[in-house]
Formats: sequence, C-alpha cells, structure tokens
Amino acid sequence: MPKQIILAAHFPGVNNTTVWSDPASGSHIDFASFVHLARTAERGRFDFFFLAEGLRLREQRGRIHDLDVVGRPDTLTVLAALAAVTTHLGLAGTLNTTFREPYELARQLASLDHLSGGRAAWNVVTTSDAFTGENFRRGGYLDRSLRYERAAEFVRTARQLWESWPADAVVGDRDGGRYVDEADPGVFAHRGDQFDIAGHFTVPRSPQLHPVILQAGDSGDGRDFAASSADAIFSRHGTLADGQEFYRDVKARLARYGRNPDDLKIIPGVTFVLGDTDAEAQERAHHIRRQQVSPQTAILLLEQLWNRDLSGYDPDGPLPAEDPDVSADAISRGRAGMYPDPVGTARQWRALAQEKGLGIRDLIIEVTGRQSFVGTPQRVAERMNHFVQSDAADGFILVPHLTPGGLDEFVDRVVPLLQERGVFRTEYTGTTLRDHLGLRPARPLTRVGAA
Amino acid sequence: MPDPTLHLAVALDGLGWHPAAWRLSHADPAAPLFPRWWASLVGQAERGALDLVTIEDSLDLQSSLPDGPDGRVDQVRGRLDALLVAARIAPLTRHIGLIPTTSVTHTEPFHVSTAVATLDHVTGGRAGWLPRVSARRSEAGHFGRRNLPPLDPTRLAEPQHARLVGDLFAEAADAVEVVRRLWDSWQDDAEIRDVPTGRFVDRDRLHYTDFTGRWFSVRGPSIVPRPPQGQPVVAALAHSTVPYAFAARHADVVFVTPTDAGHAEAVVAEVRAVEETVGRSGPPLRILADLEVLIDDTPALARRRRTRLDELHGAEFHADAAAFTGSPGQLADLLAEWRRAGADGFRLRPAVLPDDLVTITRAVVPALRDRGLFRAGHPGGTLRDLLGLPRPDNRYAVAGTD
Repeated sequence: MPKQIILAAHFPGVNNTTVWSDPASGSHIDFASFVHLARTAERGRFDFFFLAEGLRLREQRGRIHDLDVVGRPDTLTVLAALAAVTTHLGLAGTLNTTFREPYELARQLASLDHLSGGRAAWNVVTTSDAFTGENFRRGGYLDRSLRYERAAEFVRTARQLWESWPADAVVGDRDGGRYVDEADPGVFAHRGDQFDIAGHFTVPRSPQLHPVILQAGDSGDGRDFAASSADAIFSRHGTLADGQEFYRDVKARLARYGRNPDDLKIIPGVTFVLGDTDAEAQERAHHIRRQQVSPQTAILLLEQLWNRDLSGYDPDGPLPAEDPDVSADAISRGRAGMYPDPVGTARQWRALAQEKGLGIRDLIIEVTGRQSFVGTPQRVAERMNHFVQSDAADGFILVPHLTPGGLDEFVDRVVPLLQERGVFRTEYTGTTLRDHLGLRPARPLTRVGAA
Repeated sequence: MPDPTLHLAVALDGLGWHPAAWRLSHADPAAPLFPRWWASLVGQAERGALDLVTIEDSLDLQSSLPDGPDGRVDQVRGRLDALLVAARIAPLTRHIGLIPTTSVTHTEPFHVSTAVATLDHVTGGRAGWLPRVSARRSEAGHFGRRNLPPLDPTRLAEPQHARLVGDLFAEAADAVEVVRRLWDSWQDDAEIRDVPTGRFVDRDRLHYTDFTGRWFSVRGPSIVPRPPQGQPVVAALAHSTVPYAFAARHADVVFVTPTDAGHAEAVVAEVRAVEETVGRSGPPLRILADLEVLIDDTPALARRRRTRLDELHGAEFHADAAAFTGSPGQLADLLAEWRRAGADGFRLRPAVLPDDLVTITRAVVPALRDRGLFRAGHPGGTLRDLLGLPRPDNRYAVAGTD
C-alpha cells in the first residue's frame, strides 16, 4: 500500500502570500471566512486546519506595515468556534511559548481538545524579539538558546499537566456521593530552570491526552526539539532534494529519543496554482506573483535584506550598489529574520539580477518565490504524490493565496485524483486528529499522581 | 417613566450552583466536559429570550475553602476554560450575549483583549467579559511568578488584607484599561484596501496604546480589528466598596448580591453613590442582582428539593448571594419587588442544571411577561443594544489623532 498523504489547510495570514487586492478576496476577519475555509477542508477530508499567530503588528522604517493584510483574530478563540461547525477536521494553532505560561496554555489546549472531541493541535513557536515583548508582562527578551530551553520545558510541563488527571477520574457516583475518584485530581509539581510551579490542574484528561504537537523551527536546536517533543514538523523545504535531505536528517534524530520514524510527520507548507493546461497554470502563477509583489512590496522586501531605507529606489530599476547595513537595529520589526548572511545574500541577488537582467521587483519575485505546485490538477496530484512516495515529506500544509475561497479548486479538482490513486482517504476512519495523522494514541510519560 | 422591562441573565457553572447539584441533576455528571452540554444550556437560555449567560471560571480547582483545594471528592471538580466554551457555542447561538469569566491576575491583558475581541467578531457583537481577581495563593503557585500573602476574607478590615485587596483590584483596573485601549486601537474604518496605493490599512487609523503601569506595560496596537460592539460589554461581580468602585470605573454591568429588597435598595444606592465618587462618565452601570434559585411547581416541592440537596451536602448551603426557594410565581414576585428597589435586572444562578434553568425559561419568564416585566423575544442587535448601552465612540478617533 502506498504511503497516505497528510493534507492540511492554512488560513492565509498577514504576509504577502495573500492577494487581498484580487476581486475574489473576501474578509480575513469575518468568522464566515474561517467557516468557509474549514468546511472546504473538511469536505476534502483534510487532516487539519492551521492558523498562524502574530502578537504585534509588524513595522518597517518605524511605521506600521500597511501593504499586506494587517490584523487577525485570536487563534484559540477561532479554533474553538470552528469546532462547532466541523466534525472531524483537526484544529491546529500556532501559540507562542515566550509570552504565555504553561498552566494557562495547557489548560486552554486541553479545553480545546475536549470541546472538539480530540481534534486540537499546537504549533509550538518561540520569539526572541523584545519588540513583540513590548505587549507583554514578560517584556520578553530571551536569548536564542534560552528560547528553546523554555519551549522544551514548556512542552514537558504541559504534558505533565495534561497527564495530571487519571483516565476516567470523573466517576459521578451519585449513590456513593463520589464525583471524583481521588481527593487530589490534577495534582502536579514541576521544578525546572524555567518553571517552578505546583498545584492542581483544572481540566480532566482530554480525548487525545496530549493534543498534537507541531513544531516549525529549522535550526539544529529546532530539529532536535521536534525530534524529542513533536508529533509533526511544519517545514519549509519546497524542493524534492531539499525535502529529502531534511526528511532523512530529522527522521534519523528520532532514534536518539527512543522514537520511531513514524512518530514524527514532516509536513512542509506549500502553495499551488492550478490551470486547465500547464501553460495556463504557469500564466496564472506569474500573475499571482505580480499581485503578491507589488512595486511597493518589492521595495519593502528589499529593505528587509538591505536594512536601509530604500524608499527612493525605482522598483523597476537596479539593486542598490552599496552593501546591506549589518550594524544598526533592524529596519523591519515583528517579522522573523530570514537572512543570516545579508551581505552574502545581497551579492548573490546582484549577480542573479545581472545575469538575468532583472530590476528590483522582478528579482524579488524570482528569489522569494515559493509556488511549489503549478500545473494541471493531474500534474499537481502526480507531483505531490511523488514528493510523498519518495520521502521528501509525509504531506503538506497548503497555503492558498485567496481568502476564503482559495482551497475550493484544490478540493474539487486535485483531491479526487489523489483519492483515485489510493493515496488519500475518501472518508475519515477515525475521530481524533491523532487518528487522522496515523499517530499512536498518546501514552502518559509520567506516572499519574506521582508527579 | 423608566422602562419596566428588566434584564435577565443566567450564570452557568458546573451542574448548578448548589454543591450537591450533581447528585440530583438529570444530566450525566461528566456533562460539563462536553460541548453539547453547553450548547443545550445556552440554547435553552436563548429560547427563553434571556439577555445573556455568564460562564464561571477560575485558574484553580473548585474548592469550598477560600485559599486552595479542599480535597473533597463529593463535589464537582474540574472544568474547561470559559472563554473557549463561549467560543465553542458562539456559532450555535444567534441572539444571546456570552460573557465568559477570565482571571486578570496572572494572565496577559493583550491575550485577553484579542480573545474577547475575537469572540465579539465571531458572535457579531454578542461578547462580554467578566474579569476576575485571583487572590488565592494556590493560583499564584500555578504560575510561580509571585507569592501572594494569605488573604483571610473575614479580616478584610485589617491593613495588610486591605492593601492586598486594593493591589489586586488596582492591577485588575490596569488590565481592563489596557484591554479597552486595545479594543479602541483600531478605528472602525482602518481597513481601506486601497489598490492604487497598495495599502491594506490606513496606518494613521491604528493607534499605540502606550500603557505603562505598576504591573505591566503594553505598547499596542491590537492585532485584532476593532470588535463589532466597539467595546464588548465588561461585567464585574461586586460585594463591597472596593469592587463597587472598580465596577463604577471600569465596567458596564455589575452583578451585586443583596440579601433582600431593603438591602437591594441600599446596595443600589451605594453603587450609584460610588459612581458619583469616582466620576463615572458614560451610561450608568446596569445593576443586576445575583440570586441562587431553586424553583419548583409548588413552594413545598421546592423546599423538599432544597432540603434534599442540603442533606446530601451535609449542611445548609450558604453562598455569597441570597438563595431563593419557591414557585415560579413567587420568584417573579420577588424579582418585581427587587426591581422596584432599583435593580435593573437579575443574574439567576440555577441551583441545579439543567433543571432549574429549564424552569426559568419555561415558567419564570412567562410569569415575568404576565407581569409586564419582560419582553416577548429577542429584539435583535448586539449585546449592548440588548442592555440599552450605546456603542462607544473610539477614544483615539474622538481625540482627533487621525
């Protein structure tokens, strides 16, 4: 039997993937938009719906960024509401460990797992960013290494809390007058470098015991964290060779933590563009890229590498001759830093622009492109399946470029082809997200009550 | 002549407000862990045309003791996050207001603000928020960031207890202030989608909150566009002067706990006086009196059920609010009397769920209608509309900073 593909749907967020200027683009805030995308994903028998998170509005040149979609709803609140209008779809949210506390977040996630009948998932992320911290009590700067330490201990602590209630502790014995079967349900104590907490957890054991843990980091620390603690990894490796290398590396790390390759699913975020012919799809893809990278956006994206005010530059003109500024504070704040070696990258971009005769905007389109699957439904289904069968991924998180209808065409035209090939489910066979993902039921790590 | 129509809310917690409620409830004792329980309760309240439901919460296990778990196994223990429960039932309801409780002592105002704003977006303007102070040391221990001294509720007059209560409410006040500023940090028309200039928002209609206080600072703006109500409804439970002042400064609705009609009159007078003292601007607080209610067809049946509950509990149960035991007509008469004493409405706490809630909607509501005290259905609109509260102007837009 061929490997089964995992499919998830990302609600497009605040970066320039979303084409808000398209006449077909709807609200990114109205709950109806979330319902549409989630129900489309469920109609397509997807594994889960995925929401990103932002905790501060991005700024560039000291002003709020205004070119992309700005603003979004609270992740957990939307997921809980979506649980009411879906029945099987997993509900995954990005939730930052730097500006939350384990007791509170573990409680919310366990509640979501109850309220969705076992469909909750948590994408664990961290921030090193004092800029975002300005919205929180912690104030928030954590050194890079400490961020992962905190995240790892955060997840361990959350698991401890989730396990703190024995299975079926709520007995509800009316005649005997025993509501719970032990005097201290939810008792816990955690002493570590990051957290020193003790008391009683308020949420009885949830359907999945441990909501599914996703992780998105790509560094060595991030990979180890995923190998030790995550059920799935949200990667960014869009090409076959990159994907295979990443897949091999991460799956190999699992043994160190006593885990099997099947215990961690690798699910890159990908985009797609469909057409009736491959040429038409290519043409649409090109058009979408031009919408995603407007002249103003091209300059702003260039500024993020150059770390200089480039507002005077012509978007159709050549790249700046001077090198990026590596000394000063970042010109762009609230966005993950993407360029570890700005000067080196700038030189590559200049060389590429010269070689192909590209102005700033076309160059940006060339180097920031991430349209993974472009073609007829037939070709896209084939290539996605090839990706999975050749171990470049276990599945995909699809990032449509339109809200909220961006998944409709994929579900109508590609999903049936994957189902015909026998690599994607035609009906849900389980009820929990762990079931959908083919993960084993979570088992307690700590002896219940002995924490 | 003031509007005779009263506001009616119901407070949901566990299987009812009597500690032995689960022994007599017709529901599965584990029901509060399942969404269909909440959907059914709130659906019932909505069919009764009630203004709103509140959902209780705490960052601690339920307990009969003031400061930490009691080790009892004979009462409901364990519950879900109230805000997420509210969100889960939001798409299943259309008219009723949803007011979850959240703690403000250990949580981040930024997260609370975005969550309640989102609940308002999801419900199309039916969200409220009941901020709650967490005074227990056991709750502080769940966060490990600060030690709270023990608080003895019987010795609030003593300086160290008074100082602690004052600090906790001052912190709560800062939290509400920040949350409200964040709700205003987007003007209503900030999203412009101006294709020619490529701008999605007009950044001049987004505002930094720039709050700096003793416990936290929050720069803003929010990540969530301004909620449909502008400001979701803020409610507060208050038993005494310090929380009355907190409510008068920061809330739209206050839940109070009089013991009888005379006391109701005194409490209303005190709340109104405090509104003056703190210089409240905007509409006066909607004062809803809390009342635990056990209702049956006849007074005798009700008394019998109350006695049975107390027997199962092992003592006569006294809560922070007065308890009513009687028939629907008697309850309607009592509410009419307290209404005349100045209460704008009531938050009923059903002794046993769903039983007493069903009686509220099937018998008490019609009895109130017979007396001309309650409307026939939901008039439509937001929770603010329902409560007769205007939609507030945006403080930043009004300040002319755009």
